Order: sequence, then C-alpha cells, then structure tokens
Amino acid sequence: MRKLTILFLTILIFSGMFYSCQTAETIQQDAYYVNGRDLYINHCQNCHGTKGEGLGELIPPLTDSVFMKTNKQKLACYIKNGVSEKLTVHGKVYEGKMEPLNLATIDLAQVIVYITNGFGHQQGMYTTEQVTTDLGNCK
Amino acid sequence: MNNPLHFFSALLLGTVLLTASCKEERKLPIYGVRDTKEVAKADGFTVDTIYQTIPDFKFLNQDSVMITNDQFKDKIYVADFFFTSCTSICPIMHKNMKTLFQDFKSNPDVMFLSHTIDFKYDKPSVLKKYAQKLDVYDPKWQFVYGPKDSIYTIAEKSYLVAVQVDSNDREGYVHQGFLVLIDKDRRIRGAYDGTNPEQVEQLRKDIPVLLDEYKK
Repeated sequence: MRKLTILFLTILIFSGMFYSCQTAETIQQDAYYVNGRDLYINHCQNCHGTKGEGLGELIPPLTDSVFMKTNKQKLACYIKNGVSEKLTVHGKVYEGKMEPLNLATIDLAQVIVYITNGFGHQQGMYTTEQVTTDLGNCK
Repeated sequence: MNNPLHFFSALLLGTVLLTASCKEERKLPIYGVRDTKEVAKADGFTVDTIYQTIPDFKFLNQDSVMITNDQFKDKIYVADFFFTSCTSICPIMHKNMKTLFQDFKSNPDVMFLSHTIDFKYDKPSVLKKYAQKLDVYDPKWQFVYGPKDSIYTIAEKSYLVAVQVDSNDREGYVHQGFLVLIDKDRRIRGAYDGTNPEQVEQLRKDIPVLLDEYKK
C-alpha cells in the first residue's frame, strides 16, 4: 500500500512538472485562443452560434474537422473578404453569403486559433506570418 | 381547542387555504394606446375601453399566396421584422424563434409571422428558400413580403417595432429585434427581445398563459 502511494505521488509530481514546463509557443497559443474567443463572441457568434453549430442550412457549422483542416489556409481569406462561393460542410451545401469582416492581422490569427482549436478541433498554433502568407494567396 | 397542537394546526390549515384562494392567476398586460367609448345602456351610460389592435393587412407569403388577418383568426401569434440577408441580429432572433416554433408546433392555436423589411430583394421565392433552409417551411410560420409603405407603417404604428432604411448601415436596414405577441383579439400582449435568451424564455412561458385566457 505504501509503495503504491509513493508511486502515485511520484507520477503526480512528474506530470505536474511536465505541465508547468509548457513551451513559450503553447503559452502564446493559449493567449491567442482566449483573445480569439472574445473576437468570436463579438463578430461571429450571432450567426455561427455559441458551439459553432451554425443555423439550419443557412449558416454552416464550424464543427466539421475535415473541412477546417483542408481549408485552414483559406480561413483568413473567408473572414477578411467574405464568402460568396458554395461551401460543402458536413456533406451539406451552403450557398449563403458571408459579409467581409475587416479584422487586423493579429485578430485574424487569434480568431483562427480559436475556431481551429475550439469546437472539438486541435490544429494548434496559427501565426500572424501565416495570416499574411495566406491573405496573399486569396482568390 | 384545548390542545394547543390542534389550535395551531387549524391555524396553519386556515392560512394555507386563504393564501391559496387569494392567489390570482397571472394575466398578461395589454399594450398600446387606449381609447374610451361611451355605450348606451338601459340605465344610462357605461364606458368601454377600446384597445389598440393590429389593423387589416394583406401580404404575399412564401408561397406567393395573398394572406390576410383571416389566416390568424382565432390564433395567437408571434410577429417579427427581419430580412434574409441580415447578419447582425436576425440569425440569433430566428434561431430563438425556431425553438419556440418547435415547442408549439403541435398547438393549432399558435402561429408565427415574420415580415421582411427588404422590399427590394426578399421576394416570396427568396422567403421560401429561406424558410426551407431554416427548416421551418410550414404553414404555421408565415413569411410575408409587402410594399415598403405597408410593412413599415404596420411595424411602427401597429406592432410598435422601429424599422428603417439606413444607407449608412452596411446592410442598408436597421430594425429592432422584438418578438411581438398578439392575442386572438389582435391586441399586443407582449414584446420580447428576440436576441436575449432570458426574454425568449419569458415568451415561452407567456404563450401558455395567454392561451389559458381563451380556455374558459
């Protein structure tokens, strides 16, 4: 019994050490995530919903992991320039328009970190440099 | 009453009965401008209150059918003003309204009426598509289109909801997100902010209260 307790405590201490030794990048990612959530609440939640569930066939949900992964490079363009092309999300076609939203580069990075790590996704960090690159490739 | 216990239990019972009988049923207020009218009676005059009511209307619905107040005869209904391309308050308003629609779907006495304020773009075909995509394409929820004058006048004068064309606004229109509850006598019985979940919950509780008035 005593051995078991010691083992348990050791594991606890090691895992504690592991978690406290977060890299600078994860800390930055967390900060982006938190700020991104505020941006999401202010600019996106009205249509896309608190859980990213969308609305009927009018507004696409943000919960399709495959879509979010394959279109990650386009997300900045979608948000900044709006969307008027048809999008297929969860196998359903959405043809409504999304209005352009003129956000600063840092805000785009933060809100994209939020929507690609919230709603059941785990895509990690997305930097302002990536935003600039992706915006340069907008159609 | 020799036993103090008996006395107290009798007192308790009396109090409970009294409070129960005094409890008044909750009734919704009647909104709008009031007027009075003198009515002749056998023994003199009596004064009647004239409440503000929704006037006759005629609009095209999502199926391009002209509908009038007859559609809402003997129904209570929830009315609102929106437009299909609106991305500010409308999605959340209709998301909330849809939950009400689903809750009262099986009740034949409850209906929904959404007026578009975008008289340029939201023709009946656009409204039909919108209703289908919102998954509420049902005679119970009417989406109506009408000329600017009649929609804007009925919004401001009758439903007491402010709407206007605003060229400075990105989307071209500004309006309030009220869900207005109308009774079977065409009177306004409540106005709830459709973007506020608490007020929508209040409306969900108030609809049965209003229906109860007509049960007797």
